[in-house]
Amino acid sequence: MNPLNAQAIFDTLKGKFGDSVVELQSEGCSPAYVVVAPGSIKEVARFLKDAPALSFDSLMCLSGVDYKDNFAVTYHVYSMANRHSVGLKAMLPRENPSLPSVDDVWPAANFQEREAYDLLGIVFEGSKDLRRILLPPDWEGHPLRKDYKYPESYHGIKV
Amino acid sequence: MTARPEALPTQEMTINMGPQHPSTHGVLRVILTTDGEVVTRAVPDVGYLHLGLEKIAERLNYSQFMPFTDRLDYLAGMNCNCAWAWAVEKLAKIEAPERAEYLRVIVSELNRISSHLISFGSFTADMGAFTPFLYGIREREKVNDLFEMLCGQRLTYNYARIGGVSGDAPPGFLEKTREFLDYFEPKIDEYNNLISYNKIFVQRLANVAVISAEEAVAYGLTGPNLRGSGVAFDLRKDEPYSVYPKFDFNVCVGSGERGQLGDCFDRYMVRINEMRESVKILRQAVDQIPEGPVMAKVPRVFKPPVGEVYFRAENPRGENGYYLVSDGSANPYRAKIRAGSFVTMNIFEKVTRGLLIADIVAVIGSFDIILPEIDR
Repeated sequence: MNPLNAQAIFDTLKGKFGDSVVELQSEGCSPAYVVVAPGSIKEVARFLKDAPALSFDSLMCLSGVDYKDNFAVTYHVYSMANRHSVGLKAMLPRENPSLPSVDDVWPAANFQEREAYDLLGIVFEGSKDLRRILLPPDWEGHPLRKDYKYPESYHGIKV
Repeated sequence: MTARPEALPTQEMTINMGPQHPSTHGVLRVILTTDGEVVTRAVPDVGYLHLGLEKIAERLNYSQFMPFTDRLDYLAGMNCNCAWAWAVEKLAKIEAPERAEYLRVIVSELNRISSHLISFGSFTADMGAFTPFLYGIREREKVNDLFEMLCGQRLTYNYARIGGVSGDAPPGFLEKTREFLDYFEPKIDEYNNLISYNKIFVQRLANVAVISAEEAVAYGLTGPNLRGSGVAFDLRKDEPYSVYPKFDFNVCVGSGERGQLGDCFDRYMVRINEMRESVKILRQAVDQIPEGPVMAKVPRVFKPPVGEVYFRAENPRGENGYYLVSDGSANPYRAKIRAGSFVTMNIFEKVTRGLLIADIVAVIGSFDIILPEIDR
């Protein structure tokens, strides 16, 4: 067991992926976030899981956040072997937010990606099964977006 | 013998199990594709109880959201209450007094016992043995009595507060808790004698839906479902919070004692054994609880600093995580609820492939899922 701190994890990732790893966001954050370019999230995830010094085998939580100017997907990951954790964050544009799916790196991602797709409209490319999960398939809009307009009715039923 | 079975024409059939089915523990719909008795595919369809809790959280301040957490896992409302309080306290850098932390641990462990009792009871009822359910309910009533004494509620407690708990233990509460522990501990042996090692029951569970340790971690199983696969990981020990480091207890893991490691029987047995460990923690907690206030000085409406935290607690149904984003206002900017049951359902389709229809019921029972926590 050899736990690393967020700075060490960030340095390792920066050394491996260069500009795809943007910054370490630690001000007021627990755990600290490594901000990653959305296009390379899958390679970073694969490396985090496979590199023995990191071996992040457990995806605790995957969430979508609407920051008004843009969207973000955050990944809280943990290593059972090394007992350390870190956050990953990918910032996405407000128009057509999409990024590669990580469900073949961490199978636990699938349901949570579907949830982020359902409630925030973030598209996970290459996902095994990207469908709405909590809302009905024909629901319009994504309720967790900050600019969501509540519908007046659903199939003639007042909401 | 005129027709051999293999000569009979067969056709795959699609059947709905649920959303209203007694063994799905709520409104869970499973779309089964079957070839005779054999399930070739079982796709869970969740969301029938979607409450929009994460959206509601954005409209309320941190204290106001407390009663909503009761509605997440209604069989372990205390655990959800306390987890929310710990998460917000981590965000707002508030510390609850030590006596409050002890009370939180006491109610969390009592609720773990009562939740595991329901799990044990409903699981055995699903397997066709109805009597143990009544035994489980009998003991759970006593826990509910204790909670009623403490906070006036038997199901939705709203007991924790940001910075403490809503009230101190009334006179006689700790003695009554001790009495309950003395009464309850021998009952666990009674359950084992009654049903756990019953031959039919064991045969329904052993070697069914085996999950390896690697799979369990990869698919995000947590709590008893993860430990059933032999992974000794318990947040109370491995990412200790509150006053848990002060107590001596063991992490129960599956051992493959009646079949393969990680089968339904192991998941069942972990919960039975965990009740004993909770009793152990409770005995220490009621003996060691210090005197003092139960509430820190926290205004009703407070504004945590800008920041983001992720906090996770060990609930009866696995990791209950809260991911909070604060923009410095009195309401959470974003509150994501990571619920054990929701992530557990992810592996359902994989482990049920090739099982018999009756085994599907065993798998749902062994996961001990609860629907409001899945649908939120």
